[in-house]
Amino acid sequence: MATRNLSQLKLGETAVISGFRDTHLALKLLEMGCLPGTEIRLTAIAPLGDPICLQVGGYTLSLRLDEAAVVDIHE
Amino acid sequence: MNPIIALVGNPNCGKTSLFNALTGLRQKTGNFPGVTVDRKSGTMRLDSQTDVRIVDLPGTYSLYPKSPDEQVVLDVLANPQSPDYPNVTVVVADASNLKRNLLLFSQVVDLGFHTILALNMVDVAEAHGLELDDELLSERLGVPVVFINAKSGEGLDNLRFAIKGELLEHAERPKPTYPLTRISRDFIEEVKDKFRIDNDYLALLMAGQSQKLRFLSQEHKGQLEDISLRHRFEQTDFQAKETMDRYALLGKIAEESVRPKNNVRPKTLTRQLDRILLHPVWGYLAFFLILLLIFNSIFSLAEYPMDWIEAGVAALSDWVKSVLPEGLLTSMLTDGLIAGIGGVVVFIPQIAFLFTFISLLEESGYMARVMVLMDKLMRKVGLNGRSVVPLISGVACAVPAIMSARTIQSRKDRLITIMVTPLVSCSARLPIFTVMIGLVVPEKTVYGIFNYQGLALMGFYLMGFVSALVSAWVMKKILKVKDRSFFVMEMPVFQLPRFNHVALTVWNAVRAFVMEAGKVIVAVSIILWVLASYGPGDSFEKVEQQVRTEQPSLPEEDLKNEIASAQLEASYAGRFGHFIEPVIRPLGYDWKIGIALLTSFAAREVFVGTMSTIYSLGGDDDTDTVRNKMRTEINPETGGPRFTPAVAFSLLVFYVFAMMCMSTLATTYRETKSWWYPFIQFTYMTGLAYVAAFVTYQVMV
Repeated sequence: MATRNLSQLKLGETAVISGFRDTHLALKLLEMGCLPGTEIRLTAIAPLGDPICLQVGGYTLSLRLDEAAVVDIHE
Repeated sequence: MNPIIALVGNPNCGKTSLFNALTGLRQKTGNFPGVTVDRKSGTMRLDSQTDVRIVDLPGTYSLYPKSPDEQVVLDVLANPQSPDYPNVTVVVADASNLKRNLLLFSQVVDLGFHTILALNMVDVAEAHGLELDDELLSERLGVPVVFINAKSGEGLDNLRFAIKGELLEHAERPKPTYPLTRISRDFIEEVKDKFRIDNDYLALLMAGQSQKLRFLSQEHKGQLEDISLRHRFEQTDFQAKETMDRYALLGKIAEESVRPKNNVRPKTLTRQLDRILLHPVWGYLAFFLILLLIFNSIFSLAEYPMDWIEAGVAALSDWVKSVLPEGLLTSMLTDGLIAGIGGVVVFIPQIAFLFTFISLLEESGYMARVMVLMDKLMRKVGLNGRSVVPLISGVACAVPAIMSARTIQSRKDRLITIMVTPLVSCSARLPIFTVMIGLVVPEKTVYGIFNYQGLALMGFYLMGFVSALVSAWVMKKILKVKDRSFFVMEMPVFQLPRFNHVALTVWNAVRAFVMEAGKVIVAVSIILWVLASYGPGDSFEKVEQQVRTEQPSLPEEDLKNEIASAQLEASYAGRFGHFIEPVIRPLGYDWKIGIALLTSFAAREVFVGTMSTIYSLGGDDDTDTVRNKMRTEINPETGGPRFTPAVAFSLLVFYVFAMMCMSTLATTYRETKSWWYPFIQFTYMTGLAYVAAFVTYQVMV
C-alpha cells in the first residue's frame, strides 16, 4: 500500500506521523509538536470539508487539507 | 531606569491574562486592545522601592518567526540595544501542554536571559489527571519554577518573589539547555567576534535569520550571510534538527516531572461544543445568530445612553450660553468646541458595546472556530480564515483591525486583508448612518420585529462587507506577490470569558478612541469654527449691509438669521464649499455638505460634528439637535427639504466606501512599510465612493 498522508485520515481515526514532504511547513509543524512518531487523531472537519482539526500532543491543531497532505503517516 | 521584565510564551498560554493581573490599570497601550500583536507594556510595583516595567510580547512557538507578530519577539530578545530588552524573562507555559511549551523556554534560556518558568493552568492539567512536580522541574531546568493561576491571581506573590531574586546582583544565569555540538566552533566564534556578542545561541540566531532582523543594517546582513555561506551553515537543516533534539531533551524532563495521577477522562466540553459549532448547518446558523445578536444589541441598547449624552451636550451648550455673555468666545465654546466634543462622546456607548462583544468572542475561544468555519470561503476571494478577525474587528475600528492582520503568515493574504478591511463599516460611520437613515427612512416596524431603520442600517453594513470581499477577489487577480498561503493554527480550549478582562479591553478601547479621535475632532472643530466665522477682508460687513438693504422689512430676529447664513456662505469655509461644489453637485450635494466632506477627509467622524457646527452658525435655533436642524434645512432651488432620499442615500453610499480616515492610512503605511499601499487604498476607495454615490443619486433623483 502506498504511504498515506494526513489529509486521507478518516474522522476519529488515529495515526502516527512518519515524515514531511515540505520543509517550510515541516519547520512550523515540528515546533508545534508534530514530530515523527507522534500520534495524531482527526477530531473534526470544517463544514465545507476543509480545514480539519486534529488532536496532537494534548491540544487541537487546525490544518488545511493541502497542508495536511504534506504530512506522511502510518498506522 | 526601571528593570524590564518580558513575558513570553506560546499563543493561548494565558500570557495576556498574567499581564493584566500584574499591571491592572497601569498599562500603556498605545495600541488598541485585542490580541497582542505588538508589545504592550505596563508597570508593576515589586516592593516599596522598586517598580518594574512589564513587557507583554506576542505569543509564539519558537524564536523562528513565521508572521509579523512573532517577529516582534525576536526583534526584542535578539537585540540587546532594544528599549524593551529585558533584565528578566518570564516564560509563561500551559501546564497541560508542557512539552510543547518548553521548546520556546529552552531557546530563551539559551539566549542567556535570567529566566523564570511560570506554569499556568495547573488546574486544567490536574483536571486532565496530570500531577506536576515543580521542584524536580526547577532542578532539571535550572531556573525558578512558579505555579500561577493568571485568572484567579494565585501564585502571583511567588512570581514577584522569584523576579526579585533574579534581579539581585549575584543572581546566576541559567546554563544553556541545548549543546550546540553540531555546529562548527569556528563559525560561532567568527560571528561572536565580528558582532561583539558573548552568547553562542544568539550568534546562531543572528546568522541564520539575518534577513529577518530589522535592527541589522544591510551591511551587517551581508556580512552574516557571507560568514554562513563560508562555513556552509544550513539554516533549515539546523532548525529542523534543533527542534527535534530539543523536543527529545525536553520530552524526557517533562515525562519525569509530570505524572499521570489517575485515569481521569479529559474534559470533553470543548469537543462537544465544536461538534455543534463546526457543524455544516448548526455551525453557520450559530455564527449568523451571534452576529445578529451583536448588531441588534449594539443598535437597540446603545440608543438609550446615546440619547442621554445628546441631551446632556445640548443642555451643557445651553447652560454655557446662559451663563457667559454673548460674544466670540462663547460662540467658539458652544458652536465649535462643545458641538465637536459632543460628536465624539456620543459614540462611546456603541464603541463600548462593540468591543465588549469582540473581546467576548476572542476570550471564549470562539473566534478560532469562526476562522475554521470561514477559511475555505475566504480563500476563494483571496483572503484567509485568519482575515476574519480583522474583518469583524473592522466593525469597531479599522486601526486595530489592520494591526490584527499581523497574525496572517502569508504576505499576500495579509496585504489583501489590510487593503480591504477599511471597507467594513467602522463605528465612526455609525453616526452618519444613524443621522441620515433617521432623516429619510420611516420608523416603522414590519412583522413585529423588523424595524425599517434597522434593516436599512444592516443593509449598509452588508454593502461594506460584500464590497470588501469583492475588492479582495479583484486584488487577488491583480496582486503579483508570490507567496504560499498558510492556515496552521492551534485551536484554543473553550473557556468562560472573564468580566474584568473584558472590562479592561473596553476601557482601553474607549480611552484610546476618546483620546485619539477626540484630539482630531476638537482640533478640526475649532479650525472649522474659525474658518466659518471669518471671511476675507470686510466681506462679513458687506454681506450684512446687503441683507439689511435687500430685506429691510424683516423683523430683527429673522434678519439676524438671514445675515448669519449669508455670512457663513461668505466665510472661508463657505468659499471652500462653493469651490468644490461643481465636483460634488452630480452627487446631489451643496456647498454646506461640501464643507462637511472636506473636513471629514481627515476623519469621517467629523462629518456630523461639522454639520452641527455649520447649522449652529447659520441656523435659527441653537438648542435643537443636529437631526432636527438637518430635517428642516430647505433647498433654495426646489423649496423642498435639502435632504431628500436621493441626497441622503447618495451620502450614505459615499460614506460606506470612502476612505476618510488619516489614522487608517497611517496604520496601513506602518504595517506595509510603503506609501504605495495607503495611496492605492485611498484612491480605489474614494473612486469607488464617488462612482457609487453618483449612480445612487442619478438613479434616485
